[in-house]
Amino acid sequence: MNRYPLWKYIVVAIALAVGFIYTLPNFYGESPAVQISAGKPTVQVDAMTLKRVEDVLKSAKIPYELAQLDTRTVKVRFADTDTQLRAKTVLEEQLGSDYVVALNLLSRSPAWLAAIHAQPMYLGLDLRGGVHFLLQIDTKTTIDRAVERYASDVRALMRENRVQYSAVARRGQAVEVKFPDGVNRAKAKDLIAAKLDDLVVREEDRGGELYLVATLKPEALKRRQEMDLKQNLTTLRNRVNELGVAEPIIQQQGVDRIVVQLPGVQDTARAKQILGRTATLELRMADFTDSEIAAALAGQVPLGAELMRERNGQPVLVRKNVVLTGEYITDASAGFDEHGRPAVHMTLDSRGARIFQQLTRENIGKRMAILLIEKGQAEVVTAPVIQTEIPGGRVQITGMRSTEEANDIALLLRAGALAAPMEIIEERTVGPSLGSDNIRRGFYSTLVGFAGIVLFMVAYYRVFGVIASLALAVNVMLLVALLSMLQATLTLPGIAGIALTVGMAIDANVLIFERIREELRNGNTPQASIHAGYDRAWDTILDSNITTLIAGFFLFWLGSGPVRGFAVTLCLGILTSMFSAVTVSRAMVNLTYGRMKRIQKLSIG
Amino acid sequence: MEFFRIKRDIPFMKYAKVTSFVSLATFILAVVFLFWKGLNLGVDFTGGTVIEVRYGAPADIKKIREHLAANGFAEASVQNFGTSRDVLVRLPVKAGLTSAQLSGAVMQVLRGQSPDASLQRVEFVGPQVGQELLYDGSLALLLVSIGIVIYLWVRFEWQFAVAAIAATLHDVIIIVGLFAAFQWEFSLTVLAAVLAILGYSVNDTVVVFDRIRENFRKLRKGTPAQIIDNAITATLSRTIMTHLTTQIMVFAMLFLGGEILFYFALALTIGIVVGTYSSVLVASPIVMWLGISREAFVKPEKKQEAQLLP
Repeated sequence: MNRYPLWKYIVVAIALAVGFIYTLPNFYGESPAVQISAGKPTVQVDAMTLKRVEDVLKSAKIPYELAQLDTRTVKVRFADTDTQLRAKTVLEEQLGSDYVVALNLLSRSPAWLAAIHAQPMYLGLDLRGGVHFLLQIDTKTTIDRAVERYASDVRALMRENRVQYSAVARRGQAVEVKFPDGVNRAKAKDLIAAKLDDLVVREEDRGGELYLVATLKPEALKRRQEMDLKQNLTTLRNRVNELGVAEPIIQQQGVDRIVVQLPGVQDTARAKQILGRTATLELRMADFTDSEIAAALAGQVPLGAELMRERNGQPVLVRKNVVLTGEYITDASAGFDEHGRPAVHMTLDSRGARIFQQLTRENIGKRMAILLIEKGQAEVVTAPVIQTEIPGGRVQITGMRSTEEANDIALLLRAGALAAPMEIIEERTVGPSLGSDNIRRGFYSTLVGFAGIVLFMVAYYRVFGVIASLALAVNVMLLVALLSMLQATLTLPGIAGIALTVGMAIDANVLIFERIREELRNGNTPQASIHAGYDRAWDTILDSNITTLIAGFFLFWLGSGPVRGFAVTLCLGILTSMFSAVTVSRAMVNLTYGRMKRIQKLSIG
Repeated sequence: MEFFRIKRDIPFMKYAKVTSFVSLATFILAVVFLFWKGLNLGVDFTGGTVIEVRYGAPADIKKIREHLAANGFAEASVQNFGTSRDVLVRLPVKAGLTSAQLSGAVMQVLRGQSPDASLQRVEFVGPQVGQELLYDGSLALLLVSIGIVIYLWVRFEWQFAVAAIAATLHDVIIIVGLFAAFQWEFSLTVLAAVLAILGYSVNDTVVVFDRIRENFRKLRKGTPAQIIDNAITATLSRTIMTHLTTQIMVFAMLFLGGEILFYFALALTIGIVVGTYSSVLVASPIVMWLGISREAFVKPEKKQEAQLLP
């Protein structure tokens, strides 16, 4: 009656074995390590790099435990932090700026575990320390800029096709063009519809004046936003790389948000500085005469122009139309110009180089302005007069106050500019000592609670209490194994979730045991009581757990951050507890009582 | 060992009117507190900045407060956090200042007063994020309730679904009401605890319901009240056992889990106590009054009719 078919025992045994193996890495702990990744997109990290790293460490006589090549990073494990720091310095010197060398922690678990992807649980920032940022893209600026670009496209289109117009202006999120007559307007309307298919055009007559109003199509707008988000993601990735952080997380969240998590970062100020700098570079023409500048100073700024000041205080009149943006920059470095002044040398990609060459060819003798835009504030870095045509996309910017500033600008440009400005809307920093404090407390309270439950259960249900406690231990093991396998992020609320499921998991066994007692009281034989107890309790367990699962599911779906971590462990914990409290505990009961022909008395208290 | 060897059914339903009156009174009281005092929403929901600082020696809260006020942070609230060396500084959202600037400025002020102050944790939440979280939290509460009602309706009868959700909301409102009454901080983790209790409480209620349903099918005799009494009595030892084991765990978190888990564990503790009570003395009377009968579970005629339909 109380015997499992062999396959059920095999299933249980396999589950236990797999659970045990995947829980194992969590016991080995972590050792200090150094992680080497590419510092530039052009640099490859491969077996050659691994060899080089090993050679460098060997020649510097730095002992290491293990060096391995992961996907696109080389990781080296050391015995202690002293060696780790020494190795970092040596590697940084020897490998140069092509590589980023970061401090990291690596699991000490043996290679065969790593080979089957058995890794310890991934600890959240609140447990390991670090910074978390949630950045939001300023969508309005994106749209404004796109509309601005289309305004100049419309202007150019009409000029090229000799369509007469009175004025082109941007009003809100629309481009408005005024025409002297209907013929030209009709011509322009066809042209825009044919050439600029991101725009919707509509005719408008206002007090006898003829207008065309062009607005961005919603899908074009959406595409624009997606592109901006993608570029910002890439840019942030580059910037974080410059910081030398091991295993950073840079992810899109929703349509206009980016999450950045930097585990183990202690110098939060610098992290914020590099990430928070929302610099973009723009090249615009500044081809105005002195008299126009004087008029602008008096308050008469020409249409489509802005009055700005250079760093030395000189006024510059700059066109609103952007000729070139930071998107086209492939490399930038700080250096000096021929007069020994600090300068930034940048290289443009082929498209940027072509635009720049055409620009310089057509505008010799005219001024152009290089603008650095931070947090919506544009600043003219320099406004040189174009002397000759510049081919090849090599551009030199001067006008920096110091070498440090040149370095900073070069770093920003090298890391790529942001397509749209971003704002930090959420920030969490957890110090490393608080992190380890949190782990210790969470672990300790779970352990004490677990011990309390075991004591109570064994005292109350005797042999069955021992079985329930073993099943509970299996439950924790399976849960940890699942969390490790999925590499779900474990947070402090996640530990609380584990603790709570441990408390609740015992419910299934209590239900079963109380049912067995009841059956015994009703005069059934021990074997029949065990059988009925497990069978009848199953329905109840299923119903009650599914309702909790529903709650967990919605928590996961709608929650974020800590709530999500809690929900994951809660849901997984319910699933593992249903298996361990019913199948595993029954297997143990069957093994204990199943073969006995006659049981005089069940040890159930 | 066995604590509960109850020979005769305890007549819970006889006292249903009294217990329901008590439940209703506490429920209304909780609602009153909720509207009167409101929740002391944490920075997760309101937006703002929380800075946790550790000092080398026990910190003088009053001095820190004065020092901050003198340096332009008059609206900062300063309190101890766990130990006497740990201090928590809270600041509301300040227009025109980013989090980085704000937390940096505060740390500078604090370090100026005592150089051994070390930053443990900074949390900044923008106002838009806070509102979204509050919205998502309320939505989660609503969807969880709807999901549970639908599940119970399908698995049981509509009376059970209504009763279970009434009992569960009773628990949730009492937890939230207590948080309002004592002005304990209601943070995102507390919300998680409330939602977990929603699951736990229904879980508890369903166990009793399950037995009521089984009794209706099995026992041919007895009024609904007697059947319910029998079901509650039969599951009582399980109800209390499970409550105890879960509470052991939650107590461990409450006393050993540190400051961050404290209110989380507190909400769970209240929820477990109230949830156990409500599954017995709130949910079951409602089922009885909504008029549940044996026919709801044993309906052979209806099945035949259904088969006759084309």
